[in-house]
Amino acid sequence: MQGGLVVVASILYLGTLFAIAYYGDKASSRGRSITKNPYIYTLSIAVFCTSWTFYGSVGLAARTGLDFLPIYLGPTLVFAVWSVGWVKILRICKVNRITSIAEFISSRYGKSSQLGAMVTLIAVVGTTPYISLQLKSIATSFEIITNYSGETSFINPVLTQYGLDTTFLVAMALAIFSILFGTRHIDASEHHEGIVAAIAFESIVKLFAFLAVGFFVTFGVFDGFADLFNKASAAQLDHLFVINPEGGYASWATMIILSMLAIICLPRQFYITAVENTDENHLRTAVWLFPLYLLVINIFVLPIAIGGRLAFPGGGVDADMFVLTVPIFYGKSALALLAFIGGLSAATSMVIVAAIALSTMVCNNVVVPALVKMRWFELDKRSNLSGFLLLVRRASIIGILILGYAYFRVASGSYSLVTIGLVSFAAAAQFAPAIIGGMFWKGGSLKGAMTGMVLGTLVWAYTLLLPSFAQSGWLPISLIDYGPFGLEFLRPYALFGMDGFDNLSHSLFWSLLVNISAYVIGSLLTHQTTIERIQGTMFVDVFMYTEGLKDPRFLQGSASIGDLCDLVGRFVGEERADKAFRDFAADQGVMFRPNLIADTVWLDLAEKMLAGAVGSATARVMIGSVVKGGIVSLDEMYKILDETSQAIQYSRMLETKSRELEETTAKLQAANERLKELDSLKDDFLNTISHELRTPLTSIRAFSEILSETPDVSDEESEHFLLVIRTESERLSRLIDQILDLAKMESGQMDWALANVDSRAVIKQAVAAMSGLIQERKIKLRVDLPAGMPMIKADHDQLVQVMVNLLSNAAKFCADPGGVIGVSARVRQGQLRISITDNGEGVPKARKAAVFEKFLQLNQGTDQMPRGTGLGLAICREIITFLGGAIWVDDNPAGKGARFSFTVPMAKVDGYLAVEENTRDDRKDPAVI
Amino acid sequence: MSYSVLIVEDEPNIVLSLQFIMKRSGHDVRIAEDGEAALAAISEKQPDVVLLDVMLPKRDGLSVCEAIRANPNLAETKILVLSAKSRESDKDKALKLGADDYITKPYSTRDVCERVNALLGIEGCPTAK
Repeated sequence: MQGGLVVVASILYLGTLFAIAYYGDKASSRGRSITKNPYIYTLSIAVFCTSWTFYGSVGLAARTGLDFLPIYLGPTLVFAVWSVGWVKILRICKVNRITSIAEFISSRYGKSSQLGAMVTLIAVVGTTPYISLQLKSIATSFEIITNYSGETSFINPVLTQYGLDTTFLVAMALAIFSILFGTRHIDASEHHEGIVAAIAFESIVKLFAFLAVGFFVTFGVFDGFADLFNKASAAQLDHLFVINPEGGYASWATMIILSMLAIICLPRQFYITAVENTDENHLRTAVWLFPLYLLVINIFVLPIAIGGRLAFPGGGVDADMFVLTVPIFYGKSALALLAFIGGLSAATSMVIVAAIALSTMVCNNVVVPALVKMRWFELDKRSNLSGFLLLVRRASIIGILILGYAYFRVASGSYSLVTIGLVSFAAAAQFAPAIIGGMFWKGGSLKGAMTGMVLGTLVWAYTLLLPSFAQSGWLPISLIDYGPFGLEFLRPYALFGMDGFDNLSHSLFWSLLVNISAYVIGSLLTHQTTIERIQGTMFVDVFMYTEGLKDPRFLQGSASIGDLCDLVGRFVGEERADKAFRDFAADQGVMFRPNLIADTVWLDLAEKMLAGAVGSATARVMIGSVVKGGIVSLDEMYKILDETSQAIQYSRMLETKSRELEETTAKLQAANERLKELDSLKDDFLNTISHELRTPLTSIRAFSEILSETPDVSDEESEHFLLVIRTESERLSRLIDQILDLAKMESGQMDWALANVDSRAVIKQAVAAMSGLIQERKIKLRVDLPAGMPMIKADHDQLVQVMVNLLSNAAKFCADPGGVIGVSARVRQGQLRISITDNGEGVPKARKAAVFEKFLQLNQGTDQMPRGTGLGLAICREIITFLGGAIWVDDNPAGKGARFSFTVPMAKVDGYLAVEENTRDDRKDPAVI
Repeated sequence: MSYSVLIVEDEPNIVLSLQFIMKRSGHDVRIAEDGEAALAAISEKQPDVVLLDVMLPKRDGLSVCEAIRANPNLAETKILVLSAKSRESDKDKALKLGADDYITKPYSTRDVCERVNALLGIEGCPTAK
């Protein structure tokens, strides 16, 4: 057939694809999506069927019979049995706006950008053989269809001159095509509806082409299935119809397991199934339709294989190309052209989706984080980044295809299509422990996942990739036969003498054994950081948290909504950002006012949009940078707590930990610089938190070091030092708890339990809680409550907290010895007023208002009292203000000392103020005094 | 001979640890819990080194530092500021006011010991290990 005709047909076909993609995008932007449809979704999943399926299965069937099947049984099982797992993956992706498998894994393990980069690297290396397989099939089929009769191959003489070939042309054509398709604009978090539509169309074309050839062979060449199998028996090809696996049943099991893992872990399958999914309900269709697709496309594999064996009895024709060569043999040029286009569609769909998925990963998980780290690049200050990001993605696509071509030149010449594909499957399988473990086991840790994946991949590379280079002559073949340096137990196909398996089972066994062991052991041995724990919980319990668990930000940032919109605009394009922000405002029912300071909701929106363009870990850093660190999330506060509690357990690790703490503190202080310009109160607050955290930490660290470096400390001393470490740790925890409480109250995220509360019971409970300390310090406590204490509208526990704080302050500051504390109450104008007096030094007039401010501490009282956090009164004020009362301090009217008083509104029952019926005189109640 | 070290710090537990470290190096140790007490202790007997906290009651550490440097008789006295403020500007401010060195809390005990000894012209730092 004429080369020109084939080229024109191919270009027409690709043009059609492009038109479909274009139409799909247009329809989606007009809101009339064509891909929000379970059938299109399922067909796009059939991107699993590549030229491996189209050409390779027949080749394998012609050589070994039914061995081609397990690769389709695995995915069938996964879809039929594991739909719950899929739903979970989809939900996790949606909630976290995940755009790739690298993001999924890195997000699960504490949003680690290192891990994301590593997954990307493995994915690129692992996919390379797979892409080379597609290149090889297109190039081979092209040469066959254009030159079947002649000996010479269709190679452009100019290319040959530079040592290149048809495959190179194919690679570049596909690169350009993928670029045109996948990188027209930056919007990885939105759905590429056009591409999904095109891929679904390709699935129809390849199925149709394959069935056409199958029908022709079965009913055109032969007289139906019975005739075909009879003729095959007559030619002694019976062995092809029975299950008689070449490598024993172990190899069938391996293939099934491998393909089960691959359908989940291959970057492009993950991308199409999880990232491009628009509706979880579409899975209901996919669970039966995708297995059905696999079944249908496999029906004619054996007939075509037999047809080929009977047509070319000599065995001189490559069985991998029977789908094409059989129609040519019978002179059916049109059918051959259809078969060629079918093969082209199978290959292009894989390459396009893989190139888009991988280039997104390279851009978001490798290039952008690297640029963010390079301060001089000043990524956050550049405008028009979307153009730059597109350039990165385009360059990655070209790079990925060049890699695929290089592998083709180096290694794939001597292998069949199926063998090359399986090498890729085994690489993808290395993601499985981290993905599946991470979905069901909260304990899986970053270090475990990282170690498992690195070791597993190294074993994969050593047992599969390296030998493929050796067999192609790029490395000495003795490596395979005698091991490196003649060390036989290190032979790549028979590690530690294990040579009963086929190469693939052998590699899968060792790599997954090492991977899973390292993952589990590494996770058990290492300590998870809080963000890992939070992400772990978010993933494992995703269904529980699906209804918007936001991480409560504890100080609002200082960036305006306009700033955020600009930042997002630089990555996704100004118009798009502007529109998204306006739509969002409309959704929320508020005006879009760029000058307003952005609150959590807006920060969230910006972070999510950025996450779509540059990945979640980077997005967080970016938002942090525009707000100049003005956000202190609970995550970070937990981080501080976390590091501190570890310091106590492992005093030797203290140095690293405090360095990390210093980094966190440095962030807090960086935040100060900006905040100061706007809000000096907040600045002081952050500064003081940093100072207050460092003070107990200084003692903890100093004594830990003294204890570990000085062996001759006396027992008595070391006991004292340990006690100091303990009390200072407790102080630190208390401090953090109170900071968090206060933050929750200030940002309105506190859960209040408002009810009608018995005021006498509140006072009793608080007095009882303090009675130990009061007795110990020999303080005289006078409780003077009127008969008929009212019911009040309050949160019982919080009110007890107020009383306890005031009582413990009184106990700390009253005279010593001879301390006297008084508690009294009175009802006036629908309010209950409670007063607590002490006989200490009193509060100086100038500071009466200031004592309720955060971190304002007067002198510290005596040494026996635990040191205060400086937040007790601030918390009291928050609680009382919330309850609708007031709190203040004046002088004790009975003489020396201070009097703290607060009011709380009384409860109304049936419209009347409620007063207790009990009229006992509590002055005589021994339980209270 | 042993050197005289004045620890100016209001946190009892931090005083305790600094005292332990200084005694381990063989120095004489005195303690002041606020800025006023520090100046009183210095005028009573001139120390070789002052370990000076910044956030102190009554009179803050930087002002104490300034007062020491204003007195030419105390030119020999070395000042090592220990502070929970870790900004470069805080450090610069202290050094400008005449401090000889600046350590951020939390600090390593070895670091404190070595820097004190460096100010005194002593090589290294005795540790039990």
